Amino acid sequence: MSDSPIHANLFTWPAEHPSLLGGLCGHCGEVSFPAQSSCRHCSGTGSSVIELGDRGTLWTWTVQNFLPKPPYVTDQTAATFKPYGVGYVEMPAGVRVESRLLTSDPEKLHIGMPMQLVIERFSRNDQGGHNLSFAFDCLEVN
Amino acid sequence: MDVAIVGIGLHPFGRTPSMSGLQQGAAATRAALADAGVDWSDIECGYGGSQDAGNADAIVNEMGLSGLQFTHIFNGCATGGSSLHAAYTAVKSGEYRNALVLGFDKHAPGAFNASPADWGIDDWYGEIGLMLTTQYFGMKIQRYMHDHNISEKALVAVAEKAFHNGSINPTAWRRQALSSEDIMASTMISHPLRKYMFCSPAEGAVALILCSATEAKRYTTQPIFLNAAAVRTRHYGSFEVFSPSQPIKQADSPTVIASQAAYQQAGIGPADIDIAQLQDTESGAEIIHMAENGFCEHGEQEQWLRAGHTQIGGKFPVNTDGGCLANGEPVGASGLRQVHEICVQLRQQGGARQVPGNPKTGYTHVYGAPGISGVTILSR
Repeated sequence: MSDSPIHANLFTWPAEHPSLLGGLCGHCGEVSFPAQSSCRHCSGTGSSVIELGDRGTLWTWTVQNFLPKPPYVTDQTAATFKPYGVGYVEMPAGVRVESRLLTSDPEKLHIGMPMQLVIERFSRNDQGGHNLSFAFDCLEVN
Repeated sequence: MDVAIVGIGLHPFGRTPSMSGLQQGAAATRAALADAGVDWSDIECGYGGSQDAGNADAIVNEMGLSGLQFTHIFNGCATGGSSLHAAYTAVKSGEYRNALVLGFDKHAPGAFNASPADWGIDDWYGEIGLMLTTQYFGMKIQRYMHDHNISEKALVAVAEKAFHNGSINPTAWRRQALSSEDIMASTMISHPLRKYMFCSPAEGAVALILCSATEAKRYTTQPIFLNAAAVRTRHYGSFEVFSPSQPIKQADSPTVIASQAAYQQAGIGPADIDIAQLQDTESGAEIIHMAENGFCEHGEQEQWLRAGHTQIGGKFPVNTDGGCLANGEPVGASGLRQVHEICVQLRQQGGARQVPGNPKTGYTHVYGAPGISGVTILSR
């Protein structure tokens, strides 16, 4: 029984302090997420995988208030569905990443607020464990 | 060679359980042929498409196997705009004397469920619940409202106008006017957008007959001239649907690029346009598109809506038939509905929803997945 990332090269794992992973184009320097072999800016093909870090700021957000149809994977039904936040988080490495947000309370979500990467158990994998996915949570500021 | 629209036909939008999408397309085609006073056997070429109701070239099974050149087109939300553009260039080049443009569709109820693989995205993106157009529209207008100081009242005003216009349009799907209170009380779908601020997938069909402008009077006493037709796709840096990430530096949207190309073709600018049909997949889209098409400044929409400028009696009526909000969105037909409505208005056939003041120029704008936009400029 073991947990595993839902897809390779999305985030460092296993890791005590996981980081998102992205692609850096060796030709024009544009950063992408997820990493891809060809660059959508300059069409170059020499891209390398880099760490994007684990903190960013919320660029925009919404809340998913109804149960999505497939390909969404869930055990929930329309009756038990729990809304989830969705947003773009601007990473200092130079890219805005779309992500689930742990917070779905619209009163707590604000453009420009600091966000922290979290790795969450998402769905069951075929090894008896869970698929792990990335999400962001509001960063508590003391 | 200039191009004219000499026949228009529309099968009512909404739900028609007794008819397939293709049959609705045939009904629209027959209406357009009758309007132009031309027989099916006289049509030299056709371009059309649907997303979920089959191949448009199957129309010959309904209309007659006449041997015409027919090309099925599917190009996302700009399917109708792309079909019209193809017909426009075919006639403009002199290759054909006339052309049919056809769009129809019949979607299942509820939000579209797209497959990541069709969009070049890995499966995880859909599995974790990010493959929804509604989220994109919520996030796009959320940022736009933040950047340009637009309030929720503006979103409500767009929806209220749409359902009012739908209530006086006999071929609209949603024919009940809604108050601002009704709209504010509707279910939150994707913040800040509520149920009555979104259009729904639907059914419907539109057909247009095009010919060269010099022959237009043979068909009709009221030709509408197609002064420009442009379709453009996204640049790197435009914020588009189904994007796992986006670059920090933003680029002009496909709407801006298509709009500028159309103005250049027509040789006129936004100040010369009397009425417009702007893509209103949801309330926020109409607000963004008022500025992206050059009709007002970014941030000026709040004041425009408060003053009623885009209502039927206002200084610049927008979506006089109720737009996507009141008509629903059958993807293949939606962009052509916009053109149909501008023709109706320029011919003074709008009935209860006719724009006063004898409008002479009109503008249509479609926008959608995967970051594509089609614009036309029309005049009488």
